[in-house]
Amino acid sequence: MGIIKVRDLVYEYIRRDEEGNVEGITTAVDDVDLDIEQGDFVAILGHNGSGKSTLAKHLNAILYPAEGTVWVDGKDTNEEKYVWDIRQTAGMVFQNPDNQIIGQIVEEDVGFGPENMGVPTEEIWERVEESLKAVGMYSYRKFSPNKLSGGQKQRVSIAGVIAMHPKCIVLDEPTAMLDPKGRKEVIRAVRALNDVEKITVILITHYMEEVIYADKVYVMDQGKIALQGTPKEVFSQVEQLKELRLDVPQVTLLAYELEKEGFAMPKGVLTNREFVEALDQCTR
Amino acid sequence: MLRDITLGQYYQADSVIHRLDPRVKLGTTIIFIISLFVFHGVGGYVAAAVFLAMVIKLSKVPFHFMIKGMKSIVFLLSITVIFNLFLTPGQPIFRLWKLTVTQEGVRLAVLLSIRLGFLIIGSSVMTLTTTPNQLTDGLEKMLKPLNRLGVPVHEIAMMMSIALRFIPILMEETDKIMKAQLARCADFESGNLIRKAKSLVPLLVPLFISAFRRANDLAMAMEARCYRGGDHRTKMKPLHYERRDYIAYLIVLCYLVAGVVLGKLLPILLGSVVA
Repeated sequence: MGIIKVRDLVYEYIRRDEEGNVEGITTAVDDVDLDIEQGDFVAILGHNGSGKSTLAKHLNAILYPAEGTVWVDGKDTNEEKYVWDIRQTAGMVFQNPDNQIIGQIVEEDVGFGPENMGVPTEEIWERVEESLKAVGMYSYRKFSPNKLSGGQKQRVSIAGVIAMHPKCIVLDEPTAMLDPKGRKEVIRAVRALNDVEKITVILITHYMEEVIYADKVYVMDQGKIALQGTPKEVFSQVEQLKELRLDVPQVTLLAYELEKEGFAMPKGVLTNREFVEALDQCTR
Repeated sequence: MLRDITLGQYYQADSVIHRLDPRVKLGTTIIFIISLFVFHGVGGYVAAAVFLAMVIKLSKVPFHFMIKGMKSIVFLLSITVIFNLFLTPGQPIFRLWKLTVTQEGVRLAVLLSIRLGFLIIGSSVMTLTTTPNQLTDGLEKMLKPLNRLGVPVHEIAMMMSIALRFIPILMEETDKIMKAQLARCADFESGNLIRKAKSLVPLLVPLFISAFRRANDLAMAMEARCYRGGDHRTKMKPLHYERRDYIAYLIVLCYLVAGVVLGKLLPILLGSVVA
């Protein structure tokens, strides 16, 4: 079994009026299956309200399934005795960098997770050092988080999760509130974790450019998984993606339009280099 | 810039006082304040002045930083001095219209200003040399015995440190909301007190909503990082008493003894000199 396995997952948000009567039920996640192998880089795409964040919160036992089962590292999230194990195995990074930094100094914030786990003091320091180095924030260890940029804060949050030595990191739109520069910094740090430390990464986002490096992409719509496959497979279906109100990366779109006009372009061009090579081929 | 606001008034320097355990500094400040009110006579104050001067010298914090703290209480201090000066019954020195200045009044006024001044400077030394973080850590450890009485010491300390972390963030947010409302012709300046208070409503409501949202997010982030209260927790920076901390306690003890002894001796000595 892979690191994460989800079967028939359903989750409903129940709205109640002041007396507690049920006003309406929104099914945020509807019958989702997911299999993620150790070491994978998985991206989950979807526009606002597609249920991708709700799905993410199930992987960290913050939300519990209404129906179906979620296993993290073979442990059922419905069982209360596993909650802390699961949260340690699958770390979570949230959207707003300000609202997830607890410490007043960078190094103290990174140490927060290990402190909660009861790691001995010397080991906490080792872990803090190695995780700050892994995201390239070691030289800022004595800074106040308030003096960092958004991208730097988000990297500190990632370091805070790595310090707990998780097997898997779930990032819930970590770049949504960042400027393009910060976005690049964070994605670079995340890819390095996946390449170097071999940590499983589950990246939830609505920026297409961020998912082209993923091993597998899931596209969610109205709580269901609408498309899945490698980035190439997913992005070759330009029409379907447009129907799901998602943009494809610019190069992919350009190649697609050229192909429609009769040029012999391959499907699912993802990077500028690929595009230039393909163009070179068909003009020859 | 609002971002640069540091709470308290920590002054970064590398001194013995900065390196002391926060518990020592907290304890000493409390003892010092009590001693100011317990000591009688000039001798006690001489001891307090010497002690304070020594600590300031050791702390490497420029003296004008301590005086800054004084400025905020000048008003309060002058009121107490004036009241004591004119309203204390006793032997009159001179009359000013209907008010009489008495010998006892002068004595009390001088005493009080010395006491309050020393008190403010003494506590400034602590806040200038201790980060808010160390202070909460120190408080948590000092109050730990209260845990047995059911006081949630860890939780209180955690709340304090989170509050400290979020003050600059909420300040920035206030600034943002204020500008947004100003851009839509909100008026925070004109009118009387009641109108001014009313005009704050469109500022406070969004601020509160956002604060609650942040609290919700933060709670989720803390749980995701396995936070489950103070039990089973280890510390990244545990507090340990070291040799310098014991020495500091010893010095404080010497100060207390000196204060008491001088307080008793000095009047006798002065008396013999005068005689």
